[in-house]
Amino acid sequence: MGIFGFFNKEKKESLEKGLEKTNQNFFSKISKAIAGKSKVDEEILDELEEILITSDVGVETTLKIIERIEARVKKDKYLNAQELNKILKEEIVALITETQQNDPTQFELPAHTKPYVIMVVGVNGVGKTTTIGKLASQFHQIGKKVVLGAGDTFRAAAVAQLKVWGERAGVPVIEKGMNTDPAAVAFEAVKTGIDTQADVVIIDTAGRLQTKTHLMNELSKIKRVIQKAMPDAPHEVLLVLDGSTGQNAVVQAREFTKVTEITALAVTKLDGTAKGGVVIGISDEFKIPVKYIGVGEKIEDLQIFHREAFVASLLESKS
Amino acid sequence: MFKTLSNRLDKAMKTLKGQGRITDVNIAATMKEIRKALMEADVNYKVAKEITDKIKDEAIGRKVMIDVKPGELLVKIVHEQLMQLMGGTTAEMNLRSDPAVILMTGLQGSGKTTFSAKLANYLKKQGRQVLLVACDVYRPAAIEQLKVNGQAIGVEVYSEPENKNPIAIAQNSIKWAKENNKKIIIIDTAGRLAVDEAMMTEIAQIKTAIQPSEILFVVDAMTGQDAVNTAKSFNDRVNFDGVVLTKLDGDTRGGAALSIRNVVEKPIKFISTGEKVNEPNSFDIFNPDSIARRILNMGDVLKLVEIAQDAFDQQEMEKLNKKLRKNEFDFNDFYSQIQQIKKMGNLKDIISMIPGMGKMLKEVEIDDFSLTPIEAIIQSMTPKERNNPILIDGSRKKRIANGSGTSVQQVNNLIKQFQEMRKMIKKMNDSKGKRFLPNINPFR
Repeated sequence: MGIFGFFNKEKKESLEKGLEKTNQNFFSKISKAIAGKSKVDEEILDELEEILITSDVGVETTLKIIERIEARVKKDKYLNAQELNKILKEEIVALITETQQNDPTQFELPAHTKPYVIMVVGVNGVGKTTTIGKLASQFHQIGKKVVLGAGDTFRAAAVAQLKVWGERAGVPVIEKGMNTDPAAVAFEAVKTGIDTQADVVIIDTAGRLQTKTHLMNELSKIKRVIQKAMPDAPHEVLLVLDGSTGQNAVVQAREFTKVTEITALAVTKLDGTAKGGVVIGISDEFKIPVKYIGVGEKIEDLQIFHREAFVASLLESKS
Repeated sequence: MFKTLSNRLDKAMKTLKGQGRITDVNIAATMKEIRKALMEADVNYKVAKEITDKIKDEAIGRKVMIDVKPGELLVKIVHEQLMQLMGGTTAEMNLRSDPAVILMTGLQGSGKTTFSAKLANYLKKQGRQVLLVACDVYRPAAIEQLKVNGQAIGVEVYSEPENKNPIAIAQNSIKWAKENNKKIIIIDTAGRLAVDEAMMTEIAQIKTAIQPSEILFVVDAMTGQDAVNTAKSFNDRVNFDGVVLTKLDGDTRGGAALSIRNVVEKPIKFISTGEKVNEPNSFDIFNPDSIARRILNMGDVLKLVEIAQDAFDQQEMEKLNKKLRKNEFDFNDFYSQIQQIKKMGNLKDIISMIPGMGKMLKEVEIDDFSLTPIEAIIQSMTPKERNNPILIDGSRKKRIANGSGTSVQQVNNLIKQFQEMRKMIKKMNDSKGKRFLPNINPFR
């Protein structure tokens, strides 16, 4: 694990624990399939296909990865399961690397933007409010001044939920109650952020399915109104995806990108048996980096995404 | 991205045409396409494999008619198989005990709280005395959420904000229900992961303590490959009676439904769309045909018909029918049609239920607002003009355009469309409609 030296050991363990299920199957299956073989045959490709598909990587991306493996094996050859495993890992990492230049190693904010405005969007039930609560706590813990905006004025009790998180983290929550104009809440939150010299303003929005055009357009409006308070905001539009969602996540990424420029992804609920493989394809197709992953209930379980650790945890065997 | 299965199959089956019969050899490529299509709809890898094997057995030996596209024939076979796999008929809930207790369970964010309220509303409308119970003591404001929903539908919510023990709350609620003459108790619980041992033990304990007559497993229809693992784990622990599919809106393919059904062999009982608990079309009894069509991207005509029946006023319809037959369709009828369509709900959702439209719509912006200029134009006409559109000349058009805030060109377009419609209606009347009934039976 030398190359992950900078990666907090505890966090790495928790991610691995979450993704444990795959690891066990994967290595033994691949080992069995390639025992005594010197080239990638139908059987190995079938195994690969099954592993990738059952991790929600999706048909198109799976085919893409398999093509890359075939091409790579043609020139590099491999000797055993370990090596094939390594090649596979490298190829998947490469797919993500093409979008993600460098991973941050910890929670940080750009030095010259104050306040840094993050708008959080996504479909219903993916964990937007929870992610915001955890983000707020993490920023607060490293000494940043945080303001939250309760822009989900639609779902029953969503404002109350964010306020509980605000109390837990010890950060102010700007709210106008339920059924109020979310754009007005966002404006007020950004303005409060400016007036109180906050480092970061995080704005919650109501969950919306990408098929509801009027709700999707509302996001553009919230963004425009935010810009009245701070012209270059929002600096980050974070799309939250549920790690257990299948190929519909691709559609979500596409539709949300249409109405607001998504700049980063957060993938939640990776502590279950779901693998979140769909983000590989999303990251590749839309060139949006994954920034955070959620691997548990605790505040520290919201982590910075690290592509190599993610892929390693997805594929590596337990030793 | 998602090609329709029928398109794919037509391509894969070009070789099959003219061969007369489906055989082991000529079907291999096609089966691969079917499997891919199922997996793209999030049907589990293994389940997709099993299903395609079954379909292959079913298809081999069938004759390929010359006048039927072989792709369509296979899609029909696939559709039949999927329906069968999903249980054919609808399954009822067991509500015989007094009070009958329904326990909800599922992952975080699957939509348990919203669905609990929708179910309560459904049962209340049948005249039952329903009680909602808030047992999610973990998620901030979950109790609050259920209370707000309960208020919206006029169903009482039992909660104990200070009590952190969901087992005790559930037991107390039953006592309370008996004292207050409630006949059906719906217990909303916290979301939990199947791998969370402590939480899974808790739900098993709740079950033992209250002996529910019905346990419903709530699952997000967008769930991917993991749906089978989760469903299996929950089923192993609580042996649930039925499945609820939520968030089945618009472009959700719902392959998870098929996987779950196949792995745990429990019926899917309800489907749910949208967040509003008292919207008429947000809750429905599960219909295997309708989901099979979604998975295959075939559109959902059945659902469309149901919604239309719900929304359309029967008397209005008869009136309209008479007018259509007499060829007296005018702008008043057109306007009332638009109002009826608007009652059916989100326009894009509705249109995407028409077979083949789902994909086309991906590129098109359709929302309820696109009807607004049409309504405005019609509203700017005088009653005389609406009854007798021929009256509308150049200067009247200008007045209508000004009045409705549109352009003369838009008014022209609408009138043109209207005339086209009339022509169509006339043709249909002339041929007594028979010519327009497409024959869709490929086995005739």
